[in-house]
Amino acid sequence: MIPADFDYTKPAAVDEAVKALADAGEDARLLAGGHSLLPLMKLRLAVPSLLVDIGGLEDLRGVERENGGWWIGALTTHSTLQSTDELGVVARAASLIADQQVRNRGTIGGSLAHGDPAADLPAVLLACGGEVTARGPGGERTIPASDLFQDYLTTALAPDEVLTEVRLPALDGWSWGYEKFNRRSEDWAMVGVCALVKASGESCEDVRIGLTHMGSVPLRASAAEEALRGQPLDAEHVSQAAEQAAEGTNPPGDINATPDYKRHLARVLTRRALQQAAGV
Amino acid sequence: MSTVETPGTGYVGQAMKRKEDPRMITGGARYVDDIALPGMLYAEIVRSPEAHATITSIDASAARERPGVVAVFTGEDLADDFPGPMAAVWHPPGVEMNTPPLWPLSRSQVKHVGEAVAVVVADGRYAAADAVEDVVVDYEPRPVVVDPEKALQEGSPLVWDEFGTNRTHEWTVSGGDIEAALAEADVTVEQRFVNHRTAGAPIEPRGAIGELRGDSLTLYSSTQIPHIARFVLSGVLGVSEDKLRVIAPEVGGGFGTKLQVYPEEALVLALAKRLGRPVKWTESRSENMTTTHHGRDQVNYVTLGAKRDGTLTGLKVRTVADLGAYQMLLTTFIPTLGFPVMGGAYKIPAIDITIEGVFTNKFCTDAIRGAGRPEATYWIELTVDKLARELGMDPIDLRRKNFIPREEFPYDTPLGITYDSGDYHGTLDKLLERFDVDAFRREQAELGGRGVYRGVGFSTYVEVCGLAPSRAVGPKGVGLHAAYWESAMVRVHPTGSATVFTGASPHGQGHDTSFAQIAADRLGVDPQNVDVIHGDTDQGPWGWGTYGSRALAVGGEAVARAAEKVQEKAKRICAALLEAAPEDIEMADGKFQVRGSPDKSMTMADIAGAAHIPPQELPTDIEPGLEETAFFDPENFVYPFGAHACVVDVDAETGKVSVVRYVAVDDCGPAINPKLIDGQIQGGVVHAIGQALYEQVVYDSEGQLVTGTFVDYALPTAAELPGIETDRTETPSPVNSLGVKGVGEAGTIGATPAVTAAVLDALRPLGVEWLEMPLTPRRVWEALKEARGRGAGPPPTEQGQEVSEHGGGGAGSGPTGPEEAGAS
Amino acid sequence: MSATVHVGVSVNGERRESDVEPRLLLVHYLRDVLGLTGTTVGCDTTNCGACTVHLDGAAVKSCTVLAVQADGAEVTTIEGLASGSELHPLQEAFWEHHGLQCGYCTPGMIMAAADLLERNSNPSEEEVRHALDGNLCRCTGYHNIVEAVMAAAGREVPA
Repeated sequence: MIPADFDYTKPAAVDEAVKALADAGEDARLLAGGHSLLPLMKLRLAVPSLLVDIGGLEDLRGVERENGGWWIGALTTHSTLQSTDELGVVARAASLIADQQVRNRGTIGGSLAHGDPAADLPAVLLACGGEVTARGPGGERTIPASDLFQDYLTTALAPDEVLTEVRLPALDGWSWGYEKFNRRSEDWAMVGVCALVKASGESCEDVRIGLTHMGSVPLRASAAEEALRGQPLDAEHVSQAAEQAAEGTNPPGDINATPDYKRHLARVLTRRALQQAAGV
Repeated sequence: MSTVETPGTGYVGQAMKRKEDPRMITGGARYVDDIALPGMLYAEIVRSPEAHATITSIDASAARERPGVVAVFTGEDLADDFPGPMAAVWHPPGVEMNTPPLWPLSRSQVKHVGEAVAVVVADGRYAAADAVEDVVVDYEPRPVVVDPEKALQEGSPLVWDEFGTNRTHEWTVSGGDIEAALAEADVTVEQRFVNHRTAGAPIEPRGAIGELRGDSLTLYSSTQIPHIARFVLSGVLGVSEDKLRVIAPEVGGGFGTKLQVYPEEALVLALAKRLGRPVKWTESRSENMTTTHHGRDQVNYVTLGAKRDGTLTGLKVRTVADLGAYQMLLTTFIPTLGFPVMGGAYKIPAIDITIEGVFTNKFCTDAIRGAGRPEATYWIELTVDKLARELGMDPIDLRRKNFIPREEFPYDTPLGITYDSGDYHGTLDKLLERFDVDAFRREQAELGGRGVYRGVGFSTYVEVCGLAPSRAVGPKGVGLHAAYWESAMVRVHPTGSATVFTGASPHGQGHDTSFAQIAADRLGVDPQNVDVIHGDTDQGPWGWGTYGSRALAVGGEAVARAAEKVQEKAKRICAALLEAAPEDIEMADGKFQVRGSPDKSMTMADIAGAAHIPPQELPTDIEPGLEETAFFDPENFVYPFGAHACVVDVDAETGKVSVVRYVAVDDCGPAINPKLIDGQIQGGVVHAIGQALYEQVVYDSEGQLVTGTFVDYALPTAAELPGIETDRTETPSPVNSLGVKGVGEAGTIGATPAVTAAVLDALRPLGVEWLEMPLTPRRVWEALKEARGRGAGPPPTEQGQEVSEHGGGGAGSGPTGPEEAGAS
Repeated sequence: MSATVHVGVSVNGERRESDVEPRLLLVHYLRDVLGLTGTTVGCDTTNCGACTVHLDGAAVKSCTVLAVQADGAEVTTIEGLASGSELHPLQEAFWEHHGLQCGYCTPGMIMAAADLLERNSNPSEEEVRHALDGNLCRCTGYHNIVEAVMAAAGREVPA
């Protein structure tokens, strides 16, 4: 399995990458870790005319605490995320992506820009209320997670934009739970749930739930969130809220799961993730 | 020149480190794709995207224009290159068999997805891959049938019009009066089983290189059977066997998939002949999933009768075997191969077996690790479990009641088969020493109280292997047009080191080590100085290869016999030189000595030196040299057996099954190398766990393969598995002098019923009575939901679930792309 | 065909310079250009891990890295793991504990295990199993592989 022929350029700066993309038109693709793109190219499901390799842009690597939140360079690997415990649920979710070799190459920017609803990090970004920065010919813009994911493998990024960084709120005072369900640990999520809970005394002040692979994009379990917000943070209320986790979802069926089974999994995993987060 | 040191004896039985490992752990092993020959070209195959179609045109002009492309050929182009079709070797006497010809490249029609319709040859891998995309083939699709039972129904689309039916053949065997046996039963249980289609999935895909030098062809192939491959391919290509050499270099796992002669092997030879340059073809994993033969794929209808006290009276089985679109080497035979052990470890006075083979528009089935025996073991063991529940008996007690007792071996079954040796109580006793059932039941109850569903399943299997007594399986026996003896040649060099040539051809089993141990003891040399050569038709005698757990019991025995012949000659030389009678020479501590006189002794190095450079004292009636050949054709199969226990946890909310403990006690006779036995069992058991829980080859209703990569064909990883606990008993076989039985397939044969029974045991409190493999989370969840719908088991943890329907559009996951979404 | 690209890679400590097609996969660069065939290919989809090598010290699947992406990097393959004639402890342990049968997945398995031991010199059995979940083996059932990795880490091997 061999990729089709393509041209290759390795820019030394983000602006050069943007220019290369803009010049080449829609068939050009960015190459970072390559772990979303190259598998598709090997199966010839993706046939770009030009690869713009941003792997050398060292400025885009790293994790920093800044302005009360987190700055994560787009080229930061899952492996780095996984070993940065302070990132909480992001570290946990990253540690469950595929396998170690993939985590050593795959990047947060690549995963988000690919927009695969079965990938772990998109739903985490969505639940956390993170945002990404994109730089294009017209300059930089910020895209909140809620706007980033538009459809299956489709994001709000323009073909000539480079996702340069990811920003996450610090979420101090929040606790988290992460549940990923798959047949084998190296597989994509059949369903994944990222739950964030902010307790106030015995009750739930706020809650945010991200769902992986429950539609063509990562989703928030809004009905479940609504059901728990302001309620006592106990096992009973968590369970009741989790019952609504699949509302408004349209999960794709595949060889491993029917839509109905996935809705069921979403409810079970949401309850478990909330239980983890709430410690109940 | 260094003289080999004289060791002690007693290498057999030692857990020696493997001799093959140093090359493999350093990257020095050489597999087919590692071989690059001067001027070598690369072939890629154009394959059908249609499951059943007529080819209306093939336009290769654009492909031929591409840079680097040397040639493109269609089936019609190469029609004269293949005077004969690929081989199918089972022609049972008295059975009408519908066998279509299988050509290396299709001629005008395709019968399954992936069928080869053209071949592109280019000067590089990448150029060849590009050119394949440029070959334009027009197909006129035809109706497709993928379900073997539907294929037998009136009005089904036909895979082959010319036969007027999708039935390939029907084969029966019976013994005892089955109708009377079932009539006298107090209880009969019936069950339909599905032994689903699986893939062997060796991590090395197949590969082949054809080379022409002068008028001689050489094939390098990732094969388990170089000699059979030469035999078959000489016919397909119409070349004399002496002009065709087949080399199996290092082979990266086979599991039965490389017990085959494949179209691509014929193709690279024909291309090398035509083009005068070496041609390599390397299979991709996607091709491996599509057109390397699959296995299993049977539906079995089983009826088992017993008296109220548990005494078994009769067993009746009807099997529908999905053979796919063509018949390859052993395609038709594999369902029958299990018949000797269809009665399991039990005394059953009457057995009646019917097997129907069926064409479908899928790729061929053939041997995959176990090959017919895992299927049979799956249903006999689970049917015994079901009978135990029906009788209200403990399944272990029911087994013990019906075990063939140790003292009744050799035991003649009603099917005219003789089990060589066995001690079924012995392995079960040992299993139950390691696995405390009472403690487990207490733990299970305690966990159940907390909503943790843990279950145990047992399997007490018998396997038939050591393929095979040629008279029993040959043309006038079961009907294979082949024989299954094995050969060995043992050569001692002038310095006393030795080379063993074997006709068996390993792919991970460790012949280099175990065969060296066998020879070393008999030669009085260190196994480190015994080299084992295999996998080359130009070196050593003819042989039948490695499969069917035969290498040790047949090939190892041939090594022992050849080495003993050498030993006899060495004794004669020794006797002459020490001025003693040959019968007075004995081996002691690895030396040849006059009986009872250690001071009058010679080493093998001394003797080998004399054999090659004969001193004057040596009588002229002793031929020079020290080299002997033996051929061994066993008089019976061997019948290994064992008792396994599997413990699983089932997440009753999600349906996910986890194996938490596996204990295997197996008996394959006296150990040659216990390390290798444990390794075979561990790997075999995990292969079966894969089959039971994770793996399935899935075609959709249009005959499209859904599980075309390792994304969807889910081999278990280390993270899904526990360690596999192993133990042994040793009951010698009378069939060979080593007393050994095969062990390569035993784990795979024994384990699927244990895993399935464990899941059923865990789920019984929830009202689940039956489940078919693979026990995927979705299947288990659906069974739980169905049980709840019947009002069985404890109240649900969730409310308000709607009834499940398959399908749903939208996205799939991962790199398989959106077009596969919704497949179910 | 697109223009070739010059790559300079330090492979097993030796500087190698080549002009390659941009699409050349690292695994094919190692195998077909440099002749380092110890690194094998077992799948098309980044699942099996047979092709695992170290790229700047981290295990990667070389079937999913372009050779051009390795420009300027250090690559270690199975051929470069031993120190001269002295085997790496993992190689010794795989041998001693029968952690391989057909040997095809073995180079990748050892390289993945070496990456684990670099990051975690004292892994639990569970950590070993999780760390190897990107490497498929069909022969061993993983039992002896896990045992070998534990042994190489100086840990008591599981029963």
